[in-house]
Amino acid sequence: MPGAIYAEGLVKTFGDVRALDGVDLDVPEGTVLGLLGPNGAGKTTAVRCLTTLLRPDSGTATVAGIDVLKNPDAVRRSVGLSGQFAAVDEYLTGRENLQMVGQLYQMKAKAAKQRAAELLEQFNLTEAADRPTKTYSGGMRRRLDLAAALVVRPPVMFMDEPTTGLDPRNRQQLWEVIKQLVSGGTTLLLTTQYLEEADHLAHEICVVDHGRVIARGTSDQLKARTGGERVEVVVHQREDIPTATDVLRGFGKGETTVEEHTRKLTVPVTGGAKLLAEVIRELDTHGIEIDDIGLRRPTLDDVFLSLTGHMAEQKSEDNGAAGNTKARKRTKESAK
Amino acid sequence: MSAVTDTVATAAPANPISQSVRDSLVVAKRNLIRMTRIPEMVIFGLIQPIMFVVLFSYVFGGSMQIGGSTSPEAYRNFLMAGIFAQTVTFATAGAGAGIADDMHKGLIDRFRSLPMARGAVLTGRTLADLVQTALTVFVLAIVALLVGWRVGSNGDTNAGKVLAAFGLLLLTGYAFTWIGALIGLSVRTPEAATSGGLIWLFPVTFISNAFVDTTHMTPWLRHIAEWNPFSATVQACRTLFGNPGVSPSDAWPMAHPVWASLIYSVVIIAIFRTLAVRKYRSATA
Repeated sequence: MPGAIYAEGLVKTFGDVRALDGVDLDVPEGTVLGLLGPNGAGKTTAVRCLTTLLRPDSGTATVAGIDVLKNPDAVRRSVGLSGQFAAVDEYLTGRENLQMVGQLYQMKAKAAKQRAAELLEQFNLTEAADRPTKTYSGGMRRRLDLAAALVVRPPVMFMDEPTTGLDPRNRQQLWEVIKQLVSGGTTLLLTTQYLEEADHLAHEICVVDHGRVIARGTSDQLKARTGGERVEVVVHQREDIPTATDVLRGFGKGETTVEEHTRKLTVPVTGGAKLLAEVIRELDTHGIEIDDIGLRRPTLDDVFLSLTGHMAEQKSEDNGAAGNTKARKRTKESAK
Repeated sequence: MSAVTDTVATAAPANPISQSVRDSLVVAKRNLIRMTRIPEMVIFGLIQPIMFVVLFSYVFGGSMQIGGSTSPEAYRNFLMAGIFAQTVTFATAGAGAGIADDMHKGLIDRFRSLPMARGAVLTGRTLADLVQTALTVFVLAIVALLVGWRVGSNGDTNAGKVLAAFGLLLLTGYAFTWIGALIGLSVRTPEAATSGGLIWLFPVTFISNAFVDTTHMTPWLRHIAEWNPFSATVQACRTLFGNPGVSPSDAWPMAHPVWASLIYSVVIIAIFRTLAVRKYRSATA
């Protein structure tokens, strides 16, 4: 039996660009699929096709068991959409926005009013309920946007980059809300450029690039594909780099990559923390002073990099993983 | 699954027409609330026609010959039907800009993801614009009376005819907002919708009988002016208001201006509503 969201061979072209180039998806009921990919990978196009906003050129899709192409209105009654392109009216108050959405979901005016009050309470917006949303902070607006998608408690939800542009605290809050939602049985398809977000929320991840799913699996499975742990060492003095490289070669299961200007050396290893201690001792024996050393497990950043060969574009200022990601990129470049 | 059993019942509506009316009113209410929150938009919408009344009646009045008279009073009485008609058509630009803005901000996507009547977003918008137009026309009529406009200044009229004239004006304005809706859906930015929504209105409102007597125009231009849908509404209003300068033309729309105005408006609504709703269904920001 196909899942709550099911797509086969979705193709959508815009002129010469194949935004979707044969996408297959199958999301079992009550689970979260993370659609992960860089800008322009086709994530948003996929969501737009599945939520009836765009008609695919070919392929089939069902949402909550309903054919998206044959019965779009029934699909619209069963899905909630939130994220970068489904907005709220900035001149209406939070309450007015939710009431309007409720009524347009064909709820009676009174029921829509009651539901709006419930959602405002649930999303901690009661105090701001009667202010135009223009005055809301970014986090509040996202919460309202999510509330708007939940007005009819849809069995299937789509969230397009729900936390893009939010600060870490607001992102954490939104993650909690999303987790609660899913624990209630909602099926969710989430697109994100934040690898950390997919890692955190999704049961299964599809990595999308150039309109194709290039890998799928759980976060652990994907990480396993990329390989095991690595030791990263930052030496204090540049002159020590050759010696340190020799030391690491003795422990490594692969080639050591060196990043000259940050004096960072990386080598794939097996053996965990015990090995790390040995590396430290050995470096000490050679009189090499180190600024930093650590055992790194592969992150989804690494998975992403190794799969797509280019970076997930991120807003570095508000993303904790960004610094790490950039370092990875340099490592990769210096390894070439 | 609890989420499924929890789902608020949103039964498929029995009657698509009543759903369409209801959804349109919900959207119209939203747009009217917006207008009260952005009063400067309404106020600018009022200032412009008032400025036109004052400028035209004092700058042009006295140098224009209307019905054999060059008195400023005659021109003022002649002018008002034109200004009213121009004012209602300028609502087009507002509709276009508003819809383009909704596209730009993602509201159209929100609406399109909801199980609502397809034409309701646009109908709601045009209805809200109609309310604004009515308000503008009302204020403008008061200003016109203050500068000396009088119904029946040059012919028969009565309350029924005056009301009919205002009815025709509002219908014309409503028809034109559908053109604006199509423009708003077709351009990429709200800014483009504002300028694109205005530019074409200048030839439409000036190659007409609104501000000058068409009998003095070059014949080919006069033909265009007389068959211009906009001129029909102006001529109809002039006739119904009993104001001077009703063009003595054999062109059918000039000879039967009330019918011509009605027919033009209905045809414009039929064509542009169809095109705009079709465009809306495939709209992408």
